[in-house]
This record gives sequence, structure tokens and C-alpha cells, in this order.
Amino acid sequence: MDEELERDEKVFLLGEEVAQYDGAYKVSRGLWKKYGDKRIIDTPISEMGFAGIAVGAAMAGLRPICEFMTFNFSMQAIDQVINSAAKTYYMSAGLQPVPIVFRGPNGASAGVAAQHSQCFAAWYGHCPGLKVVSPWNSEDAKGLIKSAIRDNNPVVMLENELMYGVAFELPEAAQSKDFLVPIGKAKIERPGTHITVVSHSRPVGHCLEAATVLSKEGIECEVINMRTIRPMDIETIEASVMKTNHLVTVEGGWPQFGVGAEISARIMEGPAFNYLDAPAVRVTGADVPMPYAKILEDNSVPQVKDIIFAIKKALNI
Amino acid sequence: MRKMLAAVSRVLLGAAQKPVAAGEASRVLVASRNFANDATFEIKKCDLHRLEEGPPETTVLTREDGLRYYRMMQTVRRMELKADQLYKQKIIRGFCHLCDGQEACCVGLEAGINPTDHLITAYRAHGFTFTRGLTVREILAELTGRRGGCAKGKGGSMHMYAKNFYGGNGIVGAQVPLGAGIALACKYNGKDEVCLTLYGDGAANQGQIFEAYNMAALWKLPCIFICENNRYGMGTSVERAAASTDYYKRGDFIPGLRVDGMDILCVREATKFAAAHCRAGKGPILMELQTYRYHGHSMSDPGVSYRTREEIQEVRSKSDPIMLLTDRMVNNDLASVEELKEIDVEVRKEIEDAAQFATADPEPPLEELGYHIYSSDPPFEVRGANQWIKFKSIS
Repeated sequence: MDEELERDEKVFLLGEEVAQYDGAYKVSRGLWKKYGDKRIIDTPISEMGFAGIAVGAAMAGLRPICEFMTFNFSMQAIDQVINSAAKTYYMSAGLQPVPIVFRGPNGASAGVAAQHSQCFAAWYGHCPGLKVVSPWNSEDAKGLIKSAIRDNNPVVMLENELMYGVAFELPEAAQSKDFLVPIGKAKIERPGTHITVVSHSRPVGHCLEAATVLSKEGIECEVINMRTIRPMDIETIEASVMKTNHLVTVEGGWPQFGVGAEISARIMEGPAFNYLDAPAVRVTGADVPMPYAKILEDNSVPQVKDIIFAIKKALNI
Repeated sequence: MRKMLAAVSRVLLGAAQKPVAAGEASRVLVASRNFANDATFEIKKCDLHRLEEGPPETTVLTREDGLRYYRMMQTVRRMELKADQLYKQKIIRGFCHLCDGQEACCVGLEAGINPTDHLITAYRAHGFTFTRGLTVREILAELTGRRGGCAKGKGGSMHMYAKNFYGGNGIVGAQVPLGAGIALACKYNGKDEVCLTLYGDGAANQGQIFEAYNMAALWKLPCIFICENNRYGMGTSVERAAASTDYYKRGDFIPGLRVDGMDILCVREATKFAAAHCRAGKGPILMELQTYRYHGHSMSDPGVSYRTREEIQEVRSKSDPIMLLTDRMVNNDLASVEELKEIDVEVRKEIEDAAQFATADPEPPLEELGYHIYSSDPPFEVRGANQWIKFKSIS
């Protein structure tokens, strides 16, 4: 964000605690000190109001980054995201673009209970006119936020609170001020031959762990990091399934009408269906509002053991 | 003098063979007549909230401005009535919210600002779409859903856009935070521009409006909040919807004024006053325009189940904005009845031509169904009703 704020003076950040508090999760640490009140704006607790203000500013030619402290609170503002931002370019037949980024942590955290743990990938991914991205590691986060800010469309960036604290080695190329991760392209994190495992956000890490365990048993998983929910890179997934003949999807969100459901439907419609040796399998969050007690919470999110189990089921092992 | 001229013109008109000649004759007569250049009028004092002074109570109207306002108001009036007609013929479908009766608002507001200022409103937007610079032709063609419409038929009644005009918004109240955001951009860019952010008496009870008031005041945004109070939110009168119907005070810490929305000069002066307030960096201000709509809420609402025909008729006969301007101009030598009638004829023709176009123009091509999903992107495919139907999407 610092690099993009420096590069283009039309870019600014607004949200609760983004300025003087350095960000609720310290994501915007140092920015207010460097750029001041004009470009880093603390808002009152008024999601619908400030999301609307951000969209209006984008319509008038600025490039706002609107932070939701978590995406759970974006529900208060969801009309502005969908009806004012996503649909406007279409309704105006191309006269009125809305170059805005909505970002913040999404999905389950640790012990924050039902109202603070919802995953919005399926909800936002449903809507034409929006782009929806979901970074897993540091390279994803950096490259996707830069692409999102430079994109002339409304982009929803679903970050993950538990991943904020995880360190990754950043490759040389990713350290450049112009490093971008293209929106709409998935990445094969780990090539494999026996099964395609597709995921987004934090669960990508769990899939890689599962792949490491299974490798010792001679099962080589191809792990795909979606990076973008919408527009979905189904071609990368199809090419992989046509190679491995098996598919498991992994997501943190609820199962019904989710990301895995969409992938499965599209696989059925495309060339990869005839290459499947078994039905696609979905690993998801449990179909309950998130409980609080640790044992219940742990069993409401996909764990490495659940992914391994699903992979073996798909492979009929 | 006027009576003599009228008599002479009648004789000449009677004697003329061709209608064109008659027009010419009366125009020649009119041109040779001396009108006043301008006249001074008293206008109603505005109720004030947290303001020591309000807009001036007298104003000067020039002949040129008066004729322009007259033409614009008459155009909006006739355009809306034509839309009513087209809707009843089922050539316009879906939502159609007409603003006849409220012409002094859209024309008066425009008279008080610059083209470089910004304006956003809700769905009763055809009048503003015109005053912000689009033609009747492209507005009617958008209503009829044709490719010549200002949004190529993709938007319809509630989604028309122009330079510095941000619609046309369908969700009640959502346009108000948007307007505050446009005002934020005005302040950010430092060009002394203001944003007029309109909403109705119904929308005035939306929570997001109060969120916008708070942030606009906190950050001193150059936002003029304007409540177009036409006394009814759909079928609910203001008394049944609001614990306080003093809409100009509802901004609490934001100064406000209540304006006679049927008097275009009152609206103009109040707008200039409000714009000056914002441009001076004093932060937001709120204007309540007291106005009236002759039609129901939309074309699906006859508009007489929650108000009496007598009430509507009373407003028409005593407070019609076009009538008020006409009387002022004619009684103060700023224009003649004949020349205003000529303008009417020209306006009618313009509307008729536009309606012809809007009826004859073809619908947008089916191939363009998928266009304009994303801005500035390479072409891609959009799914249709099943997996084999694909539409190309270009920006």
C-alpha cells in the first residue's frame, strides 16, 4: 500500500483505526505518519456511510482503499459494495468506472465466535462486476493489493487475520516496487501427478502440509492456490484435473453454494469432466455458525487431517 | 401599450396567409418591442437552522435568464408528460418516477451552481439528467431501452449518468454517502467544487444519511445536502413517517435552510448561498426544498389514494413553478405571453422529435449483453442462461 500511495497521489486509505492506531491489525502501520490526514483517514464506526463515501470518491476519480475491520462488518455496507460499486459500470454502459479496493480480514480467526468468523468469498464471488481476490502468502498479499489498487474496477480483497502474523521468504522478484500478481490467474504451488487439490487463502498452507505428509506415502498432490475467486481461473484447474484425474477443493467457508460447489459445477461443464476417475470432493468449514469452545471451533474448520482423509477418499485409498 | 400591440399583432396574424409569416410577423413585432432587461423580485425568507443570516430576500432576474429558465422548466415538464404517455402505451416499462411539479428544483439548483460542480440524486432523476446537460432525445431513448439512450439501454429510468452527474440511483438513501464521497474528492482535489447531494423526504429517515452528515461535518466536506420534500414518501405522508418533519434541522449540527421549492428564484438564491458556504470551507450545509409532485410516486401509483385531488389541484393553480415564473416575467415586462407560447411550440416539437426517435430507435444488439462488466480490461466471455450460451464482454 505504501508503494502505491507513493506512486499515485489519487490513492488514499480510509477505515476504522487505519491512521493513528496504525491499523487494527497493524497492516497500515507507519502510513499515517508518512502521508498524513489527507491520505490516511480514520473513520467513525459507520460502515455503510464510509463505504458509500469511498465509492463516491472513486466515482469522482480518486482511488480509495476502503478497509473493513473484518469482512463481517462489510455486511452493513454490502449494498454500497454491490449496488453502488459493482453494478455501476454496467448500468452506465461504460460511462462510470469505480476504481475502488475493499479490503480486510475475512473468515475464521481464533476464538472470536460466530458473528466474527464468516467467510464472504462465496457472497462476493457471486456478483458480476466485482473482482474478488484471496491471498495466501506474502507474495500473494503484496502482488494482489498492488494489482487491485491499479485495477480500474471494484476489487474485494479477502485477507486472513491468522496469516498476518506468518512470515514468508519473499523472492527477489517480489521485492520490486512494480511487482504485481495478476488478478484472475491461479498458481500451482506444488506440482503433482495423482490428485489436484485446489484452495484459497489460509487453507492453501494446510493443503501443502497434507501434501508433504502424503508424499511420504507415495501420493503426489498438485496443490493449486486460486489467488483469485472472481474471475476464477478454471483453466488452470481443468488442465490439472486432466492430468491427475482427481479433484479435491478446500475452503474455510460454509459448504452450501460455496467456492468448491462452483468449481465442481464448472468441472462438470468443461473438458475435465471426462478425465475424472471419481467425483470431485469438497472440504469446507462445518455447516454451523462458528462455535466458541476450542474443541468445537477446531472441528468447524478444515484441518490437515480432514484434507488428507478427503484426498484418500477421492483416490479410493 | 401592450394592449395596442396585442391588437395590432392579432390583425397581422389574421391577415397572414402562411403560418410561417404569422410567426415571423409576431416575432418582428416582439423584437421591435422593448422589454425590460431585468427586474427585481422579492422572494420568500428561508427558515434558518444554526445560521445567523440566510440567502437574500430580493433578487434580480434578467430577461435572458428568465427565458432560459422558462424553456428548461417547460422542457422538463413536457418531457415528463411525454414519458407518462409512452409508459401508458407500454413503450416505456418497469420503473418510471416523474418529477412534474418539481421543475423549479432541478432548474433552480442548476442555476445556482457551475457546470464544474457535481450533483447526485435518487431515482426521480429525469429532470436533473436534462439540467446537467443531456438531451431529451437520449433521455427518452434510455427510458424506452434503445441503443440511442444515454446508457445505451443498459440502465433505464433510474441509471442515467452525465459529466459531473452521478445518476440516477435506485437504492433509497444510498446516494447520500456517495454524494459525501464526491464532496470528499472535491476537497481532496482542491478546486473549490461542491457536490449537491439530493434525497427525498422518505429517504431522510435512512440511517446512512446520518452517517454521511456526521462524516461530512467532521471532515468539513463541501457537500450540500438537499432534501427534496414533496410531502409523500411513496404513499406515506411526512407526518406518518418522521418524528420531526423539519427536514432542514435534521442535520442537527449542520446548518440548514428551508426553501420554497416551487419558486425558482428562491431555489437559485438558496443554492448560491449554500454553495458559497461550502466554497468558503465552512463544511456541509443542508437545504430543504418544499415542493410537490403532480404524478404519483411512480407510474404504477395513481397518486390519489393517499392524497386528495383537491390538494393536487390547489397546488397546480396556486403554486405551479412554471406559472409563477410566467406571471413574474409577463407582469414585469420581461417577456410577452406570445413569445413564451412560441417557446412552448419549440419545446413541444423538440419533445415530439425526441419521442419519435425513442420509439423508432432499435434496442441494443443482443451481442452487447455482456459488455461493460469491467473497465479497462481485455475482452472475455460471460456466461448466458446455460453453459453453451456465451456473450463476449468488452470494456
